[in-house]
Amino acid sequence: MAISYSQALDFVQRFAQAVATDKEYLTELDAAIGDGDHGINMDRGMRAVLPKVDALTEGDVASLFRTVAMTLISTVGGASGPLYGTVFLQLATALKDKPEVQPADWSLALASAVGGVQSRGKAMPEDKTMVDALLPASQALSDQLAAGASFDAALKAAEEAAEAGMKATIPLVARKGRASYLGERSAGHQDPGATSSWLLMKAAREAFAEGS
Amino acid sequence: MKKLINDPENVVREELEGIAAAHSDRLKVSLEPYYIMRADAPVKGKVAIVSGGGSGHEPMHGGFVGKGMLDAACPGEVFTSPTPDQILAATQAVSGGAGVLHIVKNYTGDILNFQMAADLAKEDGIEVEAVVTNDDVAVQDSLYTAGRRGVGVTVLTEKICGAAAEAGRSLAEVAELCRKVNGDGRSMGMALTSCTVPAAGKPTFELGEDEMEIGIGIHGEPGRERRKLAPADEIVEVLATAIVDDLPFKSGDRVLAFVNGLGGTPLVELYIAYRALDRFLKGKGIAIERNLIGPYMTSLEMAGFSITLLRLDDELVRYWDAPVNTPGLRWGA
Repeated sequence: MAISYSQALDFVQRFAQAVATDKEYLTELDAAIGDGDHGINMDRGMRAVLPKVDALTEGDVASLFRTVAMTLISTVGGASGPLYGTVFLQLATALKDKPEVQPADWSLALASAVGGVQSRGKAMPEDKTMVDALLPASQALSDQLAAGASFDAALKAAEEAAEAGMKATIPLVARKGRASYLGERSAGHQDPGATSSWLLMKAAREAFAEGS
Repeated sequence: MKKLINDPENVVREELEGIAAAHSDRLKVSLEPYYIMRADAPVKGKVAIVSGGGSGHEPMHGGFVGKGMLDAACPGEVFTSPTPDQILAATQAVSGGAGVLHIVKNYTGDILNFQMAADLAKEDGIEVEAVVTNDDVAVQDSLYTAGRRGVGVTVLTEKICGAAAEAGRSLAEVAELCRKVNGDGRSMGMALTSCTVPAAGKPTFELGEDEMEIGIGIHGEPGRERRKLAPADEIVEVLATAIVDDLPFKSGDRVLAFVNGLGGTPLVELYIAYRALDRFLKGKGIAIERNLIGPYMTSLEMAGFSITLLRLDDELVRYWDAPVNTPGLRWGA
């Protein structure tokens, strides 16, 4: 039931793979309302992460996530570097000194990661940012666990909430980041940050679910 | 794409190697991670000033490192913000024990990366204050956008705060002065042509042979409107009117007038613009007490220019006139 180190590593590798696969798509989404480099930057960052996490000795999930954070912070640039760096840094901090990562630990860690992103980027729900995918995902995860659902079901609910949140960014007018300069013209486009955040929640479900 | 480069991938590194070769008497250049610092830093007991941002705006910021201005500058890739590890390393390298001021232009990426670096520096026991410049009147400030972009006033804050730090003012005082300069300065620019980011290989935007973009951002962001090309005097009047009305600057104000080339516009045209600005301001009863004319904050090879006006008082004039010795700005030293 607990998340093992190899599952945590698998989560990171799956996210890297998803970003690489959808690199062009993320970049196209960004070109429509931002500066057209989201896929390129995230892929550069996650490609730098892979050899670093391969070189780690197995054991500590917190130091695995800290390594991911520091690598993203120093290689991604733009706004995504600090924001995804914050996600993994908060996960690392929340999971510090946990010999075993239980579903409830993961849920709390994800909530603190989302809180970190919100306080770093000052984004509120419906500002058309990654928060629109991450916040509902984190809420769905904790609601499901609180209601007694299995971890698999809760992870699935989180992924679906992220996807729904991502799609719900399409009609929104951006209020944060470079897209906000477009004002009304940003409506009608899916937010690239919310899209990569959905990929993150999808990677978590694939890596952590028992049934996978 | 026609550029004097070797490889688009190596533009920033090779530029830094050139700067290191040219200015080793005054500057030290770190390539791992990228930053440029004063050769004599850290200056013990002096507030250190660190700025940075995407490359492609030279001489800003690296060309403004030296006595009387910046202690360090962190260059990102072309038009991309620097990363926190660079900013942290530069902050640690120049910290002289009196605190470090970060001067940050208002772009989401720059703000987040500088904030993260400041958090990490504070964990290291370094006192950091950050001031964000946001002087571009082309962008309407509102709760619903990332706010106004930081442009020409950034160069003026770096000079004036650099002088104040050199004069022994405290971190709180230098930061307050920086906020005051940002608050009393306004800018607006225009483009005659686009520019090409080396890694992108094609122009950032398209502009017809007989068109101009009024209110352009320094990364080629769209401005207020696209218009048919007009004579220099008319263009200056459009920009200067928007700037004067915004603060507003009033009859009797003393100002510093900064006419900045965006990279592809020659000095002959900048002086024609200055002539028009001088006449315009005289007509409003606004006195130009100091000026700066030339390409100081560029957008690669973009043709076009920006105007920045800063309301002056005796203190600002004194710091503006104080000696400065950097590759990009030098007087009295």
